[in-house]
Amino acid sequence: MDRRSFLKVSGLIGGTLGAADLLTIGDALANPNADRTASLPVLDRVKAEPGEDVLIRMQRELVRAMNKPLEKRRWGMIIDTRKCVACHSCTVGCIMENKLPPGVVYRPVIDQEIGSYPNVSRRFLPRPCMQCDNPPCVPVCPVKATWKRPDGVVVIDYNVCIGCRYCITACPYQARTFDFGQNWDHNAAHGNDGGLALETCRKYAQEPSFEYGTTWSRSEGVIPKSPVGNARKCTFCVHRLEHRQLPMCVTTCLGRATLFGDLNDPATLVSQQAVRNNAVSLKPELGTEPKTRYLL
Amino acid sequence: MAVSSVSAIGIASPANRARLLWALWILAAIIGGLGFLERLLHGDQATDFSSYIPWGLWVAAYIYFSGLSAGAFLLAATIYVFRIRVLEPIFRLSLLLAAVTLPMGLLLIGFDLGHLERAFLVIIRPQFHSMMAWMVWLYTAYLILVVVMLWSSYNSDRPGRDPEAVTKDRARLRVLAMIGIPLSIGFAGGVGALFATLAAREFWHSSLFPIFFLVGALTSGTALVTAVVAWQWPSRDAAWKDLVTLLGRTVLVLILIDLILELAEFMTPSWYQIGSFYELTRYVLFGPYWYVFWVVHLLLGVIVPIVLLAKNRSPVVTGVAAALVAITFFAVRLNLVIPGLVTPELRGLEQAYRDPIGNRLTFAYFPAWFEWQVLLGAIAFGVALWYVLIRLFPQVLPSPAQSSEVGQ
Ligand code: SF4
Ligand code: SF4
Repeated sequence: MDRRSFLKVSGLIGGTLGAADLLTIGDALANPNADRTASLPVLDRVKAEPGEDVLIRMQRELVRAMNKPLEKRRWGMIIDTRKCVACHSCTVGCIMENKLPPGVVYRPVIDQEIGSYPNVSRRFLPRPCMQCDNPPCVPVCPVKATWKRPDGVVVIDYNVCIGCRYCITACPYQARTFDFGQNWDHNAAHGNDGGLALETCRKYAQEPSFEYGTTWSRSEGVIPKSPVGNARKCTFCVHRLEHRQLPMCVTTCLGRATLFGDLNDPATLVSQQAVRNNAVSLKPELGTEPKTRYLL
Repeated sequence: MAVSSVSAIGIASPANRARLLWALWILAAIIGGLGFLERLLHGDQATDFSSYIPWGLWVAAYIYFSGLSAGAFLLAATIYVFRIRVLEPIFRLSLLLAAVTLPMGLLLIGFDLGHLERAFLVIIRPQFHSMMAWMVWLYTAYLILVVVMLWSSYNSDRPGRDPEAVTKDRARLRVLAMIGIPLSIGFAGGVGALFATLAAREFWHSSLFPIFFLVGALTSGTALVTAVVAWQWPSRDAAWKDLVTLLGRTVLVLILIDLILELAEFMTPSWYQIGSFYELTRYVLFGPYWYVFWVVHLLLGVIVPIVLLAKNRSPVVTGVAAALVAITFFAVRLNLVIPGLVTPELRGLEQAYRDPIGNRLTFAYFPAWFEWQVLLGAIAFGVALWYVLIRLFPQVLPSPAQSSEVGQ
């Protein structure tokens, strides 16, 4: 990559991240098409060229998909395990984006060791929600608090979920966790920087999360404020998609191992990668038909 | 039934014994009350269940108590519908026990919810595909039915009620009991189905599970009724002795049937010692909580009661054996819920991302003191409910002078 295109890339990424502050956040659940812009002006200045950074390509594809009606899109994710270096940037990026408390995680990176010394290798398996096309977590919910959106993303209505955790037991990938209402400042301060850690954690606890395009200020209490007391899961960052931003884990992935896009569009990177002969889904025998797949 | 176990200690003077029981109850109520308060103020924070083991002691206790209720009810309904004369005197007692044990379970499962205040949503926006929604609806219907039955039965022998009305009452009671049989079979088996329908959980995903739950309900419920009759029945005459002996025999048969089902459930999928179910069976038998199976369940809940019930005819011994079965059945329930959750669904998940602060991303679970505390509170609540109800419905324990008033 030469200097000019590097500048374009950084401008583009910086621009999209900055856009979050400028745009008001709409309610993605109630009105999925809130704040629609036909394109990102910055993209017009970046010409598509062979060998470009996959992030730019995915960004362009994202804008194209968002200009279609919700039900015409079908989001999918491809994770290239050979490119993953287990830096955990996606895990951390996701935590920061969604202001996840202790005990809640949407995308851990599983580190699997294969073989024994001296013949050992490791495989890294980031595990977001599989966004199953046939999600076993949905029909178990007694109050219809969780469902598959027309674009294929499985969502939870925090205002309805009673916190029975039945869906957590039903998910074969353990992609759902429970918000017990804990915060990072609990037990956090140790060592020399204890004071600073405590202060930072307290601030963090006050930060709202914008999942589903709503502002959630969580807290524990006699009547807990959601999402405390709810099941929580990866949403493919549907609130970011509304603002033409790729999911946080995709943008933070050092190895460009996480690809994201519209599976209904045959020209997207994910559509092309999904049919490669080394693309697999986890536990295919269960018939859940994950829309998150892995390249081995 | 906590109280009946205390009776086994056998404290000499009745006055002393009463005082001790009261003291124990007050202690349990205080400890439990503090637990309830903690739960209401701080939610499930002090529990040890987690994001990876999302169900724990309370869920096990809930299926335990709802099983006791269904079992006691089925016994009562069978007595009434099939007019089993010898058992008619305990019809009301069984019904009342069913009415007491279910709320204990519901209290615990209510506390288990992240949003207790939204529980009513299951009634106003149910998803009938969900086994859990079914459970809530069946429980609600069942609880209403039990209350109506209790009321009718109470009404039917109010002094001065004219005989024609009494006949009508009884006919109605019989219809209600008939409705109640499929209802309680439905929910006792349904709780099993709530687990068994999950394809993701191999340990639970078996068609025998609902049947196992149903027979478990019958066994534990009948054992509870037996223990209470042995301990609390006002007259200690020959009729009482026969009653307890008969109930004891029934419990014995049920334990044996339950044991056969248990063998089938666990031995079939693990016989050739291969596969993940085998690993889970090993966890139950030789894992960190091996004693729950071997000591609490098998020794105290099966072997000792079988020996006592097979050899002995003394009502007190029968009562002790039945109490042992009823109490230790909790171990069976624990061993059904927890092992289904202890292995990571993806290898290595337990190491992937940890939570040193809340300890919620771990596959190790041992109920926290707080969980036991709330369980104790639920037991104290149940005992209090029982105490009040047997005073409200004194015919439940007919005094020696009264003859059997049930049935035609
Ligand atoms: S935890 Fe919430 S979303 Fe999950 S099944 Fe229960 S009510 Fe539904
Ligand atoms: S991975 Fe789990 S939470 Fe996600 S859609 Fe599938 S079953 Fe539901």
